[in-house]
Amino acid sequence: MTAFNLNGRVVQVDADPATPLLYALRDHLELNGAKFGCGLGQCGACTVMLDREAVFSCLVPLSAVAGRHVKTVEGLGSADEPGPMQRAFIEEQAAQCGYCIPGMMMRAQALLERNDAPSDEEIRRALAPNLCRCGTHMRILRAVHRAAGFMKKA
Amino acid sequence: MRWALAIFAVVVAGIAAFLAFAWRPALDPVAAPGRDAFDPQLVARGRELAAVGDCAGCHTRPGGAPFAGGVALATPFGTLFGTNITPDPKFGIGNWSEAAFRRAMREGVARDGRHLYPAFPYGHFTLLDDADIAALYAYFMTREPVNAAPPEHELAFPFNLRPLLAGWKRLYFEERRFQADASKSAQWNRGAYLVRGLGHCGACHTPRNRLGAEHKHRQLAGALVEGWYAPALNEASPSPIPWTPEDLATYLATGIAERHAMAAGPMQTVTHELGRAAPEDVRAIAAYIHGTMGPLTQAREARARAAIDLARREPSAAAGSSVELRDARLRLGKALYLGACASCHERGRELSSGGALELPLAVALYEPEPASLVNIIRDGIQPPPGETGRWMPGFAGAFNEEQMLALLTYLRTLAPGAPPWQDLE
Repeated sequence: MTAFNLNGRVVQVDADPATPLLYALRDHLELNGAKFGCGLGQCGACTVMLDREAVFSCLVPLSAVAGRHVKTVEGLGSADEPGPMQRAFIEEQAAQCGYCIPGMMMRAQALLERNDAPSDEEIRRALAPNLCRCGTHMRILRAVHRAAGFMKKA
Repeated sequence: MRWALAIFAVVVAGIAAFLAFAWRPALDPVAAPGRDAFDPQLVARGRELAAVGDCAGCHTRPGGAPFAGGVALATPFGTLFGTNITPDPKFGIGNWSEAAFRRAMREGVARDGRHLYPAFPYGHFTLLDDADIAALYAYFMTREPVNAAPPEHELAFPFNLRPLLAGWKRLYFEERRFQADASKSAQWNRGAYLVRGLGHCGACHTPRNRLGAEHKHRQLAGALVEGWYAPALNEASPSPIPWTPEDLATYLATGIAERHAMAAGPMQTVTHELGRAAPEDVRAIAAYIHGTMGPLTQAREARARAAIDLARREPSAAAGSSVELRDARLRLGKALYLGACASCHERGRELSSGGALELPLAVALYEPEPASLVNIIRDGIQPPPGETGRWMPGFAGAFNEEQMLALLTYLRTLAPGAPPWQDLE
């Protein structure tokens, strides 16, 4: 049994300690925001926050998560009440197919939590591990800037 | 009073004598020769040689203007910054004559007479012949001039006093050219010339003494440098499978040798540059290094067999059963390995295009220090900006300290015959 804090509440997962966090999130905890893309830490669709950092949840085993804080895109807000990051992505219409977007948002969230006014260059560098096949990169860039503005005002 | 005066006089005379000993003349500035002054073939040769020397490693910042300097080099004495070696007359070497360039390479003295810090490896470059220095000069004098100064060196007293370098040189530096060994092949001699000279492999792979000089009698014995372990290239080579000259040449030119290692850290720029060097020079370097690693011994062959045997089985199953995972740390390490590493390095190797190293063969697991392995796990491996190449994600945020220790402890069990790392905490 592995216990950790998920989006502000403690959860327990009964699975092998080598199980990837992504599988625990999707199959055991029924949070489907984080996506399975490659399973090899090469695409970023599964990105969540572990403590303060963005990580590939497909490559983080449950044993690494025990007792720590995990935040997924569901922790940023809901469909009815989107948080600032989600609002910014909606307003910039930054999603096309949307598969990469939860990962993009979580990596951007980790960036904004340590740097509240990143430059274009800093956003590009931070989001480099996350791939988007639709090509909405310029909108994602604008959305992250917009989110930074929202968070400052808040 | 008279004694005090006498002592003062002796001290002043001593300082004056030392300054006279340390003094080197400035060489006259020249007008930058310009691009047309050099034979394009000489420039092309210079380009290949600059790749062998990995000049860019210290003189080009990642993503920065070529050879404009600014790369930080952390040393025990402070931080040095690579200088601007573009032909800009003010901030670079635009007003250096070829004679001034030659003196810098062979004696470690700048055009204006200042002693250069031995981070610029003139202890190696002094071996270069006239023709190679002329080619390098032609190459650098035909680069784009960059009108900017890199940051000033940040050195602690007294290392910031350049005249003292004259004393350092007296102790540790000898000006001399390469002497060929007639009993060895032309390729071996070419390799020796490049490894000991322009390639300055020893600058990282040879341990240094407290004053930063390479140990003469521990050539290529492996050393910690810039937070990485530069592995031994002598008989103590940690590679479980003995290197062949072919594998070495492939590694040096591409940054990856499937049965050994993938270049990371400072070595990544070295291999990136060597990919642009003359292939016959890379083969000569490989042949020479293969020689310094010494002959195949029975012990080495046994180690290779054990490593290959473990790699051919499912390593986590095999290693797990032999270690019995007697303590909690190893159990945690194995769970982390299975969830984080095995999906590319073991069960998933074929899915991940087979590109990930088989860890029981990976040199980093066998090194006497875990420094390089820690860096690779933490930061991953990425190709240089704008280049394609193999890629490993970093796990910096994924593991806390205890988990990292557990993973390192477990990974070491995948290296048959390697003793546990001590003092991991």
